[in-house]
Amino acid sequence: MIQHLLDGILFGSILSLGAAGLTMVMHILRFANFSHAELLSIGAYTALVFDQIFKATMPFFSAQVGSLSITWALFLAMAFSLFLTGVSAILFDYLVFRRIREKGDELSMVFASFGLALIIRNLIGLIFGLNTQLYSKDIVFATILSRDPLIALKPDQLVTLLITLLIILVIHFVLSRTTFGYSLRAVGENPELAQVNGINLRTTILLVWFIGGGLAALAGVFYGLNNQITPMIGSDLVLPVFAATIVGGIGSIYGALFGGFIVGIAANIALIILPSGYSPSVPFLIIIAVLLIRPNGLFGESRT
Amino acid sequence: MIGILSYLVFFTTIASILAIAVLGLNLQWGNTGLFNGGVVAFFGAGAYGTLLLGGTSQTDHIGGLELFYPIALLGGMIIAGSLAWVVGILTLRLRHDYLAISTFGVAVAFENLMRNAQWLAGGAKGLRGFERPLRETLGDGFLYNLSFLIIVLIILLGVYWFLEILVRSPFGRLLRAIREDEHAARSLGKNPAKIRLTAFVGGSIIMGLAGGLYGTFYAFVSPQDILPMLTFQIWAMLIVGGAGNNKGAIFGAFLIWAAWTSSGWLLSRFAPIEAQLYTGAVQYVLIGLVIVTMLLWRPQGLFPERLVISQPGQS
Repeated sequence: MIQHLLDGILFGSILSLGAAGLTMVMHILRFANFSHAELLSIGAYTALVFDQIFKATMPFFSAQVGSLSITWALFLAMAFSLFLTGVSAILFDYLVFRRIREKGDELSMVFASFGLALIIRNLIGLIFGLNTQLYSKDIVFATILSRDPLIALKPDQLVTLLITLLIILVIHFVLSRTTFGYSLRAVGENPELAQVNGINLRTTILLVWFIGGGLAALAGVFYGLNNQITPMIGSDLVLPVFAATIVGGIGSIYGALFGGFIVGIAANIALIILPSGYSPSVPFLIIIAVLLIRPNGLFGESRT
Repeated sequence: MIGILSYLVFFTTIASILAIAVLGLNLQWGNTGLFNGGVVAFFGAGAYGTLLLGGTSQTDHIGGLELFYPIALLGGMIIAGSLAWVVGILTLRLRHDYLAISTFGVAVAFENLMRNAQWLAGGAKGLRGFERPLRETLGDGFLYNLSFLIIVLIILLGVYWFLEILVRSPFGRLLRAIREDEHAARSLGKNPAKIRLTAFVGGSIIMGLAGGLYGTFYAFVSPQDILPMLTFQIWAMLIVGGAGNNKGAIFGAFLIWAAWTSSGWLLSRFAPIEAQLYTGAVQYVLIGLVIVTMLLWRPQGLFPERLVISQPGQS
């Protein structure tokens, strides 16, 4: 039970990062972006490429940090991945979404995002192969915190969780203390009025894509680190990440961060009752439960 | 010669069945602007429903009621419609994102349930034990397939005819009104949530009909038949053909199905052996490209919607 809870919190922290970026995009561009989860794949694979480049060119970076399986090279690769995934999110907007937005067809964006997800996912499969990969083949033993009940935690998991919590804190300060935070809220509530007040819509949209992509990259690397890297990361995580945004209320960033943990914990606790084959259905059950009890989510406001 | 002919019959049967599903999607997306991200769930509900109701009794799972075939098919359609009703009633009052996400979710959950629940529909090995109707009179050969094709074509034309009348009727006008401007429709005393639900359930029943025919044709259905890819294919068909245009939807179904099967054949024939594992991925990229480029280049499709003026003004 406690082990399930711990695993759930860890999975939840990954979902939080993915959902925060997704809900930001849904907040200001008002469409369900089904290609967002593919940004997690892009992040995971970009980090893998840079990790191997750094390990090959700068051997002194191959040392592991403390008792983690994460090397200095991977930390550096994460920074590159964060930047490049953010840039690729902007690129997808430039190539696809911006053009459709300018035609004034909001609903077609959902369609386009499905098509884009299909392209990205299968191109990744074609480039990197369909088999699973790992950042490090070294086996890191979990630290056993308690024998009865058995509770084990890997150092990597702890670091993942700490970094996520740190990022959530940063997001909080950005939202509540910076001009960007205010303009994000203003654009979400009323784009025209926000522009009248001197907010540059184009810059805000670019920043949202970049931040959303960056957060997705981190989530992707953490997922790859704690599980494995496959081209199916996107299709496996798209529903849980969406469930997190719905739990929190679509458009609410705090809601998405919170929703991520709820979905992560619920998905792991559910495995106590349900056979593990049913785990892909759990996010859908959570969505249905939220729609029945509180349709606009925990922090959402109704808006059509 | 008979080989080519029987392949043509096979191809036309599948394309026509898919065209029925595309017509169902057109009612939802083309006419009403409802985004259905889980076409395959309603298609699958129809297929599984028909086979469970009309199949012979099996020891390892429920169903096998051996109902008279048309009743089994109708039952499959009702199951698909009920599933749509549940999803619709929960989401159609909310902003449109919710419908998109929930329909996508219902497809994932449906496939997952069918794959795991052995007691329900045979699990991963699929649903067997269905006798194709009139098999004793028509046999298993070419004659059966040809007769089946004729039935499918009649049903396709029936659905087309029904939808054409529907689109021209006051109800069709109401659907377009809600798609274009919900607030204006509401100000005229219409209830958009209820009308949307009707269109969503109606479209899903048509998808269920397509699924039922598909299951009947193969006398077998398994989780492999209800993978998310089918949803993407059906969309590509509608977008290429032209959302809002029923003729376009049927044309798109045949065009995309021809492109899909021929690209699959070419890849399996000419791709090197070591690359055979990746031919699926190449085809998926192609379908994705078709969807995205059509939306960018010609969002109205090859056959754009023809706006009908239902009541021409008297002059």
